[in-house]
Amino acid sequence: MSWRPSATIETLKARAEQNGSVRAFFAARGVLEVETPILSAHATVDRHIDSFSTAGGNGGDAQWLQTSPEFAMKRLLAAGSGAIYQIARVFRVEELGRHHNTEFSMLEWYRPGYSMFDLMDEVEALVRTLAATGVGSFERLSYRQAFQRHAGVDAFTAEGDELRDAALRLGLIGAGDFAGETERDFWLDLIMSLHVSPRLGQATPSFLHDFPASMAALSRVRNGQGDEPAVAERFELFWHGLELANGFHELTDADEQRRRFEADQAWRRGHGKVVPPYDAHLIDALAQGLPDCSGVALGLDRLLMLKLGLPELAATLAFDRSRA
Amino acid sequence: MATVSTNEMKSGTKVLVDGEPYSVVDNEYRKPGKGQATNTIKIRNLKNGRVLEKTLKSGDSWEVADIEETDMQFLYSDGEFWHFMNPASFEQVQAGETAMIDAAKWLKGEESCKVLFWNGVPLSVTAPNYVILAITETDPGLRGDTSGGGGKPATLETGAIVRVPLFVQQGEIVKVDTRTGEYLGRANK
Repeated sequence: MSWRPSATIETLKARAEQNGSVRAFFAARGVLEVETPILSAHATVDRHIDSFSTAGGNGGDAQWLQTSPEFAMKRLLAAGSGAIYQIARVFRVEELGRHHNTEFSMLEWYRPGYSMFDLMDEVEALVRTLAATGVGSFERLSYRQAFQRHAGVDAFTAEGDELRDAALRLGLIGAGDFAGETERDFWLDLIMSLHVSPRLGQATPSFLHDFPASMAALSRVRNGQGDEPAVAERFELFWHGLELANGFHELTDADEQRRRFEADQAWRRGHGKVVPPYDAHLIDALAQGLPDCSGVALGLDRLLMLKLGLPELAATLAFDRSRA
Repeated sequence: MATVSTNEMKSGTKVLVDGEPYSVVDNEYRKPGKGQATNTIKIRNLKNGRVLEKTLKSGDSWEVADIEETDMQFLYSDGEFWHFMNPASFEQVQAGETAMIDAAKWLKGEESCKVLFWNGVPLSVTAPNYVILAITETDPGLRGDTSGGGGKPATLETGAIVRVPLFVQQGEIVKVDTRTGEYLGRANK
C-alpha cells in the first residue's frame, strides 16, 4: 500500500542514530556543521549529473535544486570557515534504481591542509565508527591498478578501440553495440560500472584513487614523472561493489575551474543536454583564495543500507520516490 | 514509429531489438558517481523464449514492438496449423507449430486461449491456466496409497504427460495447472 513508508520504523531509528553518530564524530574533531541553500540560481555543469529546475516565481529566473552542496561550502572555506561538514538533501534527475533515489542524503565535508590521503584516513575512521566495526584495514588501490587487476587493460594508455575490445572480451556488450562510440571516458565508465566496481570492496572496503585526468571533475591534476601520465587527485570508496564516497584534493585555481566549467557546458551543448549557468560566485571565491584542502561526499543512505544488510536503497528511506 | 526510453522500460514492455520482438524482464540502472549512466535490460525473445541482456546508455530508446494479445477460441488442428476463432468477430486465424510449442499438448477443442500477435501474425498461444482432461494411460497404483506422495506418470487425452498420485486411475478426469504442468486434483463428475 503506497501510503505506507518504504522503510521500517526500526530502520528509521537506525538512520537517526547514524546521523547522531556523524554529528558526534565531527563535534569531537572540531569540524563545524553548516547549512547552505538547497535552491540556487546556478547548478552543476557536470557532464553526467542533471539538475532539477523550478520556475523562478514572480517572473524571476529559473532556480536549481542542488545535486551537491559543494559550491556553497567552498565559498564558506574561501571566507575563512575552517573545516566544515554538512548533512544535505540533494536531487538528481533520472537517478532511480535499486541503489539510486532521485532525492538522497549526502554527507559532505572539507578539511583545509589535508591531502587526499589524509582525508581517506578520516573517511576510513568515520565509516569504521558508523558501520564497518570489526573490519580490517581498508584496501587502497589506484584506478589504473583496479583496471589492470579486474579488466586486464591499461585505463590510462588504452585507446577507445582497445577499451571496446576489452568490454567485448569481458562479455559486457555485444559485437554491434555502441557502434561509433569512441570516447575513452564512455568505455572506462562502462567497464567500471559493469565489471570493475562490482568486484571492489568485497573483503574490506576499498579506496580507489588517482583517476584519469579526463575524470578530474573538481580535483587537482598532478603531472606525472617523466613519461607517466597525469592523474587526477580524486578518490572513491567502494564497499560490496557499491560506491559510497567520492573525494577530491580540491582544485583552487580559478582560471582552470572556469575552463573546466566552460568545457563541460560545451560538451553538454554538443550532446543536446540542458546547459545550466555555472556558479560564477565560486570562481570569484577561488580567485579570492580557497585554502589548500581536500573534500569528500558520502552517501548516507547507501552506508545505512550496507550496514543493515538491506536489499535496496528504498528500504532506508521513509518514503522512496514511488511513494514521495 | 513509437519508441520507449530506458527509464520507461518495465517488466512486460514489448520492444523490437535487431528486428526481433522481445518482452522486458528486468531493468537495472547503474551509474558511476560522475560518469555515464547505463541500463542493463534483460529481455525475453517472444518467438523462442531465449533471454538475453543488453546494456544501453540511460535515455536511449528501442522501438516498441507491435504486440497485441487477444482471447480466442481453439477450433481444431489440421496437423499443420492450429485454427482459432475470435468469439466476438468470428474472424479465424491459424497458428503454426512454433507458436504452439507450449500450448498444443493441453488443447482438445473449444478452450479459450490467449493468442499473442506480432504485426498481426500469431506469435505464441497460451493455454487456459487450468484444464480438465481424461487420463488415457497410467499404471495401476499401489494399494493403500491415499496421500498423493510419490506419484506416477499419466498420459492425458491431449498427449500431455503429468505426474499424478498413485491412487488416480486410468479413465479418471483430472484438473491440471498448465503453467506448471502440476496435477491439482480429480475432477470426476
